[in-house]
Amino acid sequence: MELSVNHLLGIKYITEADIQLIFETADHFKEVINRPIKKVPSLRDITIANLFFENSTRTKLSFELAEKRLSADVINFASSSSSVTKGETLIDTVNNILSMKVDMVVMRHPNPGAGVFLSKHVDASIINAGDGAHEHPTQALLDSYSIREKLGDVAGKKVVIVGDILHSRVALSNIFALQKLGASVKVCGPKTLIPKHIEKLNVGIETNLRNALEWCDVANMLRVQNERMDISYFPTTREYTQQFGLNKAILDSLNKEIVVMHPGPINRGVEITSDVADSKQSIILEQVQNGVAIRMAVIYLLASKIKHHED
Amino acid sequence: MLSEYNSELPMSQKVLLNATEINIALNRLACQLIEKHDDFSKTVLIGIQPRGVFLAERLKTLLETEYKIKNIKLGYLDITFYRDDFRRSEKPLEANKTKIDFIVEDKNVVFIDDVLFTGRSIRSALTAMQSFGRPLEIELLTLIDRRFSRHLPIQPDYRGRQVDAINGEKVKVCWKENDGEDAVYLVKN
Repeated sequence: MELSVNHLLGIKYITEADIQLIFETADHFKEVINRPIKKVPSLRDITIANLFFENSTRTKLSFELAEKRLSADVINFASSSSSVTKGETLIDTVNNILSMKVDMVVMRHPNPGAGVFLSKHVDASIINAGDGAHEHPTQALLDSYSIREKLGDVAGKKVVIVGDILHSRVALSNIFALQKLGASVKVCGPKTLIPKHIEKLNVGIETNLRNALEWCDVANMLRVQNERMDISYFPTTREYTQQFGLNKAILDSLNKEIVVMHPGPINRGVEITSDVADSKQSIILEQVQNGVAIRMAVIYLLASKIKHHED
Repeated sequence: MLSEYNSELPMSQKVLLNATEINIALNRLACQLIEKHDDFSKTVLIGIQPRGVFLAERLKTLLETEYKIKNIKLGYLDITFYRDDFRRSEKPLEANKTKIDFIVEDKNVVFIDDVLFTGRSIRSALTAMQSFGRPLEIELLTLIDRRFSRHLPIQPDYRGRQVDAINGEKVKVCWKENDGEDAVYLVKN
């Protein structure tokens, strides 16, 4: 079995079989990262560049750790401290980096489609680590993987994604991944933060949090992305919290125990209260741990498609 | 020893060991292990994935039922991520399950694999083992030892049968639980 693609640009471009292969490979890596020595030598001859044109803590650390656990050589780049601010184009930046014999690029970029664009112009395997409000494929993979781990399977499960759907790449990638794996998906949030025409993706829309929670098996709580909001989408944060914040009272009043997820970073007290985030129904920290295993699997499977050169 | 050539098939195969001969070899290997490792209190068996696991399971069952040795620790080790031919073969390398739920530190480890050929798998297994701690010593048990084919200075400590096979030939070990019969074949292309 091998992946049907040479780049991971988005969940939209991969098949269900690809996702299952990534999950099965991640199972093995999860065992590896729980050993006394958490490193395997598979990617000794691979060099990976992490290009972050937008801030990130968790994703960047997770990718870097995954790369190092596979023994790849890693170089890091952050746009704030680079020549991008001097006016260099994306292709020039990346080609300069690739001329230093880099095999794979992990890129986060504020512009949607940056990864797709790059994959057409440079000769390296590209992994999208988030492009604007478009896709964040590895996050969606680790979310589905965490659901599979917690509930046994993703197929047939009901998942509600709550919050700022409009500005969220996590939401879009999650919708594609969950649907490909056979789950049904609803989105829930203020009408101003739900994108137009989202129902075309076969996604249910709910504007009442309680109704959404009554329906679902899993609630994925998203952060309100203040930094992407050019205008006011709701009156006050307090009002948002009252209507769409997940707290212990509403969780306990449900007649079932749902799984609570959050892709991070959490705004405690806004979209989720501290006692819910730290409760046993929450799998937030499992998601972070699975993130490393999933990224190892993606990197390993893509690297095995890079042909070995005898030089 | 039974020798059968099947000329009708494009691929001819010759029986190297039949079920009875495998059984005799397994009993001898079990006895040799007992000679060295006594009650196995400081010894663990590690089956190399994927094909060494069948042999390891057989030996464990034999030691427990025929020779009344209790509490034998058996683990499986997958070497995929430690192989030196990543990206050099046409097919991607597929991993198997590693299951070692005991401590190997200061234990006598016996690697168990069905065929010893180039020695590269065992080289990978030795590297993989380091991720689990520092064993006192590591030995190698193999059912079939293909002579004159080693790429590395690795030799078995216990062997079922030594075989001379040229490079184009393959040695195929079949187990009842997986392949329907106990037999070892030499397959010629």
